[in-house]
Amino acid sequence: MNQGTYSVLSNINIAKDVYKMILGGDTSQITAPGQFINIKLDGLYLRRPISICDFDENSITIIYKVVGAGTELMSRFEAYKNLDVLVGLGNGFDISKSGDRPLLIGGGVGVPPMYYLCKALLEKGVSPTVILGFNSAEDVFYEKKFKKLGVPVYVATVDGSCGIKGFVTDVVPLVGEYSYFYTCGPLPMFKAVYKTCITSGQFSFEERMGCGFGACMGCTCKTKYGNKRICKDGPVLEKEEIIW
Amino acid sequence: MVNTKVTLSGITLDNPVIPASGTFGFGYEFADIYDINILGSISCKGTTKDSRFGNPTPRIAECTMGLINSVGLQNPGIDKVVSEELPKLSKVYSKPVIANISGFSIDDYAYTCEKIDSQPQVGIIEVNISCPNVHNGGMSFGTDPNTALAVTKAVKAVTTKPVYIKLSPNVTDITEIAKACEQGGADGISLINTLMGMRINLKTKKPVIANKMGGFSGPAILPVAVRMVYQVFEAVKIPIIGMGGISTAEDVIEMMLAGASAVQVGAANLVDPCACKTIIENLPAVMQKYGIDSLQDIIGGSHNG
Repeated sequence: MNQGTYSVLSNINIAKDVYKMILGGDTSQITAPGQFINIKLDGLYLRRPISICDFDENSITIIYKVVGAGTELMSRFEAYKNLDVLVGLGNGFDISKSGDRPLLIGGGVGVPPMYYLCKALLEKGVSPTVILGFNSAEDVFYEKKFKKLGVPVYVATVDGSCGIKGFVTDVVPLVGEYSYFYTCGPLPMFKAVYKTCITSGQFSFEERMGCGFGACMGCTCKTKYGNKRICKDGPVLEKEEIIW
Repeated sequence: MVNTKVTLSGITLDNPVIPASGTFGFGYEFADIYDINILGSISCKGTTKDSRFGNPTPRIAECTMGLINSVGLQNPGIDKVVSEELPKLSKVYSKPVIANISGFSIDDYAYTCEKIDSQPQVGIIEVNISCPNVHNGGMSFGTDPNTALAVTKAVKAVTTKPVYIKLSPNVTDITEIAKACEQGGADGISLINTLMGMRINLKTKKPVIANKMGGFSGPAILPVAVRMVYQVFEAVKIPIIGMGGISTAEDVIEMMLAGASAVQVGAANLVDPCACKTIIENLPAVMQKYGIDSLQDIIGGSHNG
């Protein structure tokens, strides 16, 4: 974990209520796809945890949806604003378990961590299949970015206004065989994925956090492997350990 | 050169800054962030007789200048604390620590206290009779002078270490409770624990926290804490560890002027993992600014005569 000052390089609207922010600063503490950062915002007490979508040597890309006071404030940030950020939090996805044909399943603002995960798998020589789920066409983002990586990408929308009509789990039977899965998204989607996907896999959970680095026990959940703090021992849990 | 040393029940601390129980785990995870040996001491995560998962999530709610938590004393239980957690801490922290214990009956408190008494690295035992997040225990012992007295006597009977009783602000007259603890033989008082609070989500129209209510802490409660420390300082002769919203070196001095011999920093650790380090580093300059040579000399300095 690194605590530092990160500078907003850009902050743009990419879908309905969804923004992409690029932050400049040290990324040496990011060790796995699926980790998150925790941002201090002026006037709000608790930091806001946001998953890492992508990063390079000196910048971090995050994608967030405006859902409350914190993200609303963030959506108005302009370039050059400096932020106090904790970087490299959480365990992240374990790509060693992917097998040769993993599925990446992202729903809504669960899509962003799938992007760097996809890049990391490709770098390892593994080509994943990507399924992105949204409510409607106006919510869709990053379809082209994933396609540019050269992997098969399926988009599902609940209302059918873009891609396949239905849920991500309606797409799973269409993609053929897969070796493993990685997923991030809302809880109802998780439960459907858990039932639909026959292989082993990893789920990246969300929970209200106090600190984001394991101190307060505010986000603890029960697993078959014992109590786990979503912020420190998660956010990624393995399918076999989850207690719904 | 200013002097930041303070003494608590015969134990000299390099400075009065102590991370508060429940905001610092068992300390060792913070050792990855900075050298925790700069701390005056550490108040460890509240420990009970048996292991506890705590309350359902969400356990956390944002507030103006603070947060509500309803963790509910999640801890691995006294046996694992003694066999695993404290040894891990002793590898990275060489000073006496404060063991924070809680219970659901007077026997629980005595049992846990007796087990922790055998640990040489424990300098002080802090007895939490003020947790707002558990039913049939915790705070119910700290809101009545008679039960506060009974818990104090029970733990004092099983330990030779200094015992500090951690009080709840959720009472009509905190001085009554503090006096009962003193009468029961307490070596000191820690105050304040969190204030009972609640938030309601306007979208769902339901409480934010699964347990509905929780303990409110953070800078917003500092004035309440300063007032209560001030009152208790006038009511008892035993030392006070002051806490509640402390986030800066200035807050430390204010709390000591109210009557605290040392202070604990809680919520601030959660938003800034280096909060205690920053406070300790800033203390000498802030002392100089206000013409303070020795912190020990300012304890209770705001009281007349």
